[in-house]
Amino acid sequence: MSPDLLSFDHPLTRLVVGLLCVFAFVGLNGLVLVWVERKVAGHVQLRPGPLHVGPYGLLQPIVDAVKLVGKQLAMPAGADKYLYWAAPLLAFAPVTVCFLPLPFDPNLAPMRLNIGLVLILAFSGLGVLSLILAGWGSNNKWGLLGAARAVAQSVAYEVPLLLAVMSVAITAGSLDLYEITSQQGGWPWQWYGVQNPLAFFIFLVCAVAETNRAPFDLPEAESELTAGFHTEYSGMGFGLFFLAEYANMIVVSGVAAALFLGGWQGPFLSGILWFLVKVYAILLLMIWMRWTYPRVRFDQLLNLSWKWLTPLAIIDLALVVIIKGIGG
Amino acid sequence: MQAFDTAQLPRDPSSVRFEPGPTEDKLILSMGPQHPSTHGVLRILLELDGEYIVRAEPVLGYIHRMHEWMAEQKTYFQFMPNMGRVDYLHAMAWNWAYAGAVERLAGIEVPERGEHIRVAVTELNRISSHLLWWGAYLLDLGAFTPIMYAFDDREILLDILQAVTGSRLTYSYFTFGGVYNDVPEDFAPRCLAFTKHLRSRLPMYRDLVTDNVILRGRCEGIGEMDVDLARRYGATGPVIRGSGAPVDTRRAEPYSVYGKFDFRIPAYSQGDAMARYMVRMDELETSCDIIDQAVSNLPDGPCSAKAPKTLKPPKGEACYAVEGARGKILVHVRSDGGPKPYRVKLRAPGFSNLSVFCELARGTLLADAVSILGSLDLVIPEIDR
Repeated sequence: MSPDLLSFDHPLTRLVVGLLCVFAFVGLNGLVLVWVERKVAGHVQLRPGPLHVGPYGLLQPIVDAVKLVGKQLAMPAGADKYLYWAAPLLAFAPVTVCFLPLPFDPNLAPMRLNIGLVLILAFSGLGVLSLILAGWGSNNKWGLLGAARAVAQSVAYEVPLLLAVMSVAITAGSLDLYEITSQQGGWPWQWYGVQNPLAFFIFLVCAVAETNRAPFDLPEAESELTAGFHTEYSGMGFGLFFLAEYANMIVVSGVAAALFLGGWQGPFLSGILWFLVKVYAILLLMIWMRWTYPRVRFDQLLNLSWKWLTPLAIIDLALVVIIKGIGG
Repeated sequence: MQAFDTAQLPRDPSSVRFEPGPTEDKLILSMGPQHPSTHGVLRILLELDGEYIVRAEPVLGYIHRMHEWMAEQKTYFQFMPNMGRVDYLHAMAWNWAYAGAVERLAGIEVPERGEHIRVAVTELNRISSHLLWWGAYLLDLGAFTPIMYAFDDREILLDILQAVTGSRLTYSYFTFGGVYNDVPEDFAPRCLAFTKHLRSRLPMYRDLVTDNVILRGRCEGIGEMDVDLARRYGATGPVIRGSGAPVDTRRAEPYSVYGKFDFRIPAYSQGDAMARYMVRMDELETSCDIIDQAVSNLPDGPCSAKAPKTLKPPKGEACYAVEGARGKILVHVRSDGGPKPYRVKLRAPGFSNLSVFCELARGTLLADAVSILGSLDLVIPEIDR
């Protein structure tokens, strides 16, 4: 039996059950992703990765989590108490909302919204606020530099990201992720990512930058800013940032799968499985990139966005509009 | 201890002899002594305007261990193990510089086999130092993986050196008149196998890492230094060879049997971080060439000359310079005829190379400063001694 959220009649019941499912999904996938990241990193680096805790080191993330929960929550002297603790919560909370409009399966969309895409983009934009608060509130110069970088990076990369998403929305004629997914087919040539590879590429690059992953992990750039905005965070304060990063990765991968890779659609397997396969394919790509490339410099990062990605995205959008106009 | 009273500070700023402090929009940032990319306990005081560096000032002395003073308290032999701890990444070269200076002072001749073994182990050690630098530098630039590959290669090399010397990092293998013990039977074939292995790996490193567009963007045109600047600060080793001057002690003042070997001194004229990077990558091949020549016709005979158990060199002084992985290492020993050195002066190449940093970092971004610092290949214990 495939999971079916539509069997709940009242939309509020659907929302609450959906939210609970989202929490479970984020928590579980966060843990799995930590293990996958460490294991893939290990194999990329000629070492086995986590090995001893559980079979294939599968329980390693749980041990990590227990360690993080058990640690003292330290706060530096002179830090702004409220901002300092608000930041990790603010990093994590908006991400969970982003999962609500995601169509995991035809019957498994916690909240069908005709502006679902806007909701996701709006709430993922909130994430940068938490980085600013963390950097500012922790009264640390490295944190401040990291926060300053986060702002510039977020502003620079949201523009091409929105333009790339818009070109898909115009093609589909909808902002509802469910609608956009169902307009694509199960085979690769029916996907928007194949029909419009430029937008897909721009979206992927921007997604990596938006989630602050290497090679665009400048706000936390370990070798330059020690740990950037989360330098002063310990225990679960750091843990929430960590979890938020992984949750963000899942969100952008989910959006990418829905927008460009046909979402739940695919032959033979059930919808949710296809969706997860596509999400994890993108996640693995992001992990692979992180452990392969050096970090770009800050001005190079901004140049890439303003001089290359934004103009390309505008051209792509213009082409999409023209083709749509001709095609009727 | 008396509490620090701010009221006692002079109120008139002109009475303070410090340089003018930061203006309102400048940020003073203390990078280190605990910072992931200062590789140890170097501290750099940065004055930042946004992310641009207005002033960079290295602060030294966090790992000053008074090696030179220790030399005066010990006999010539007893000081030998200290040399492996000055620069733990190229311990053999420091061994050699000290042993060479004392041999010159006492007039001890090293047999041919001893010289060949010295050349081979020093070059092996140079490769291990360069490999570690390569991994650590890329770590500074945010690439996590290359250091694992570098360590994979380095492991083979350390196994060879362990079989010879008994230790894996802080070697104390040289003795006055040669080396402590002869190399094992399989030393030469193992060295040849290693150089073959490394040569097969270098093209992969070039394709995967050196030619990467992000790496090039982070290295090319960063920290440009012309040869005059390098000379003014006394920079040596790969740092000055990256500025276009092919200065190498092995060629300029040939010591030991280096004159017999055929090898190339790589030099690049760009003077940026990439040039220094390329010099080191080429030196890996150079060292492989030298090792091949040194071990493939290892002369027979003793590996060490007979030296008296309690060495008492005649009154006088002697210098000995060798080419370390970081530049010209020079040891100056002065004897008053007793069993202990009267004075030992260690010239660490890293100290001069670091002093260029203030000039190179000015006006660059913080990320570039990290790249420049990494490209100078600093070992802090060597700088502080």
